[in-house]
Amino acid sequence: MEAIILQILNGLDKGSAYALIALGLTLIFGTLGVVNFAHGALFMIGAFCAVTFSRILTLSHTIIDETQTDFLGNPLKVDVPYLYDLFGQATGDAIIDWAVPLSILFTVPVMMFVGYAMERGLIKHFYNRPHADQILVTFGLAIVLQEVIKYFYGANPIPTPAPQAFAGSLDFGALLGFDPNLIIYPYWRIIYFVFSAVIIGAVFAFLQYTTFGMVVRAGMADRETVGLLGINIDKRFTIMFGLAAAVAGLAGVMYTPINSPNYHMGMDFLVLSFVVVVVGGMGSLPGAVLAGFLLGILESFASMREVLEILPGLNQIIIYLVAIIILLTRPRGLMGRKGVMED
Amino acid sequence: MLGLTKKDLQLMLIVTGLTMLAPFILNPFPESSGMAQFNAGYPDLMQRFVIFGIFAIGFNLLFGLTGYLSFGHAAFLGVGSYGAIWMMKLVSLNVIPAIFMGVIVAGIFSVAVGYICLRRSGIYFSILTLAIAQMSYALAYSVLTPITGGETGLQIKSTDRPLLSNLAEGETGRANLFGMDMRQSFELSIGDWLFTFNVGYYIAAVVMLIAFYVSIRIFRSPFGLMLRAIKSNQTRMSYTGLNPRPHTLAAFVISGMYAGLAGGLLVAMDTQVGPERMFWTASGEVVLMTILGGVGTLIGPVLGAGVIKYMENILSKINKDVLHEWFAFMPDGLEDFIVFLVYPFIGKGWHLTLGILFMLVVIFLPGGLVEGGQRIGKWIKNRRTAKDTGASTEPAE
Repeated sequence: MEAIILQILNGLDKGSAYALIALGLTLIFGTLGVVNFAHGALFMIGAFCAVTFSRILTLSHTIIDETQTDFLGNPLKVDVPYLYDLFGQATGDAIIDWAVPLSILFTVPVMMFVGYAMERGLIKHFYNRPHADQILVTFGLAIVLQEVIKYFYGANPIPTPAPQAFAGSLDFGALLGFDPNLIIYPYWRIIYFVFSAVIIGAVFAFLQYTTFGMVVRAGMADRETVGLLGINIDKRFTIMFGLAAAVAGLAGVMYTPINSPNYHMGMDFLVLSFVVVVVGGMGSLPGAVLAGFLLGILESFASMREVLEILPGLNQIIIYLVAIIILLTRPRGLMGRKGVMED
Repeated sequence: MLGLTKKDLQLMLIVTGLTMLAPFILNPFPESSGMAQFNAGYPDLMQRFVIFGIFAIGFNLLFGLTGYLSFGHAAFLGVGSYGAIWMMKLVSLNVIPAIFMGVIVAGIFSVAVGYICLRRSGIYFSILTLAIAQMSYALAYSVLTPITGGETGLQIKSTDRPLLSNLAEGETGRANLFGMDMRQSFELSIGDWLFTFNVGYYIAAVVMLIAFYVSIRIFRSPFGLMLRAIKSNQTRMSYTGLNPRPHTLAAFVISGMYAGLAGGLLVAMDTQVGPERMFWTASGEVVLMTILGGVGTLIGPVLGAGVIKYMENILSKINKDVLHEWFAFMPDGLEDFIVFLVYPFIGKGWHLTLGILFMLVVIFLPGGLVEGGQRIGKWIKNRRTAKDTGASTEPAE
């Protein structure tokens, strides 16, 4: 029993990342009908927004501290972040410690802008071209973005720790009445799960309960008619692209403490997220979220020792295996709509 | 001749000439000159040109004709490589059975994969092939280690005793063709130039010419026409009473066998395999090659393979010092500035150049470099005729 709970918990955080990326992919696909291979790159850029933000926070100037001396007896040079000057040392330290959560504020506008620029600058010109061309150009864009990030930040992963307050682990088993130390779960992963649940809820609420969302849903169902009603649907779809980019970016920001960001993390996630989208059903938002969590949890179950003894290597292939089975038995995916991408 | 039209025969002859004379053509700069680093005429790189040319030709047979975009083609290359190396380790060090084995194994694998994946089309097909390729990679990397050698891959070791070879005790076997070592080279130096003629390269080149010839024949055959029909309109094709599935599967298998052939040749040249050969970036690379060169054209894929492999091997070698040398004639400040501008695109950053080039091609030249060449050709022709007619209509005053 405790093993099962542990695996479900382990699957949740990876599943959250899959679900967030797949949600963004599906938003773009459902609204603009574009298969965006650069979505993984957006996830990665989000993660590097967190890195950039913490670097901005720790921008320092060097002063000579007379009270401390180095081993030669000279006064020591100390780097002092500008934040200390602004807020004093204690507050400054706290802000730097909370760099990752705070960088959300920085990431959302940046990612909205990146998404907007991408749609207006490039993808707009590909609506009338075949899907293969869309895949290819976004694939090229993903390579370019990845290489640009590599040029500025180097090829090595950059550790970006979570705030001290969330550094430990929660003894989850003890809460449920199991023996202590059976099910322990890092705080940050709980936060990640809650955070992604909130984001997913917010996106759905936005689409369901606002006029803007209603128009967008109408546009997803029948773009032409909405256009005929005198609504500028293209403009709204562009905003949705920005929103999808922001969702991917947020997924990336919050993922940095779990996995140090490196330039190819986007591509690693992209391949899996595409599988997730296809399993969930192209163009179905609930399908993407469901499939994301489902595959995340399946993956963690498949990496249990008991399972691996019977079927070695299952954890490596389970996602692809499930995808193949689902595509062959339910060609539209779990919750796919009829008539979407069936050319 | 050879069942080709005059135009195709011309193309075939040009390609034959270029591949046979490649050691000369690719080494245009004297050894001692500063430009010598742009010479691509060394055996290892020339072999890669033709082998990846074969791979791209095969990919083009699928994507160019039927329009099915496979994102997992490297799996067939990898499977073919594994088949070939086992043939070498167990049966014979001669490359011919190894290459055949690579083709056969890849062919069987692609029948299985094609049977599953071709049930869907469009983006679903791309994802399915990608999933299967990633699965093969993961399996080769972990569970199948007894067969694939896992992370370290497979090499021919001194303990390998192939059945049909008479190696001395402790001698490491080498790939050969009836006794000719693949690594054997004949060097010719004329003045300051050094030309290398490598056995392995010429074997690979001959195989590529055969592969190229077969691809021309497929392009011009009724079967090729059928494949184009699949690309343009499957529904209409089925209304005329033709079932597209067997044709697509045949194209897929042929394409997989081409990949296996390339894999077998790779093994024949360097006698080693690793699972990274099947990683999805390798599949992406062949897509890049084909698109860059010109999808659906005969010569495009070979051209694309050449350009990408050239960039990978030559562009990536240029470093900051070389750049400073080039721009040394400029004033210091300007020199540093230009180097600063150019540096991100070369050396380790060559992928960036590749990505940008690829995007430009997809956006502006959907037909790839071949279309670019045709457009320039047409432009020159138009200009010339415009001039001629312009001259003739000039009023006589």
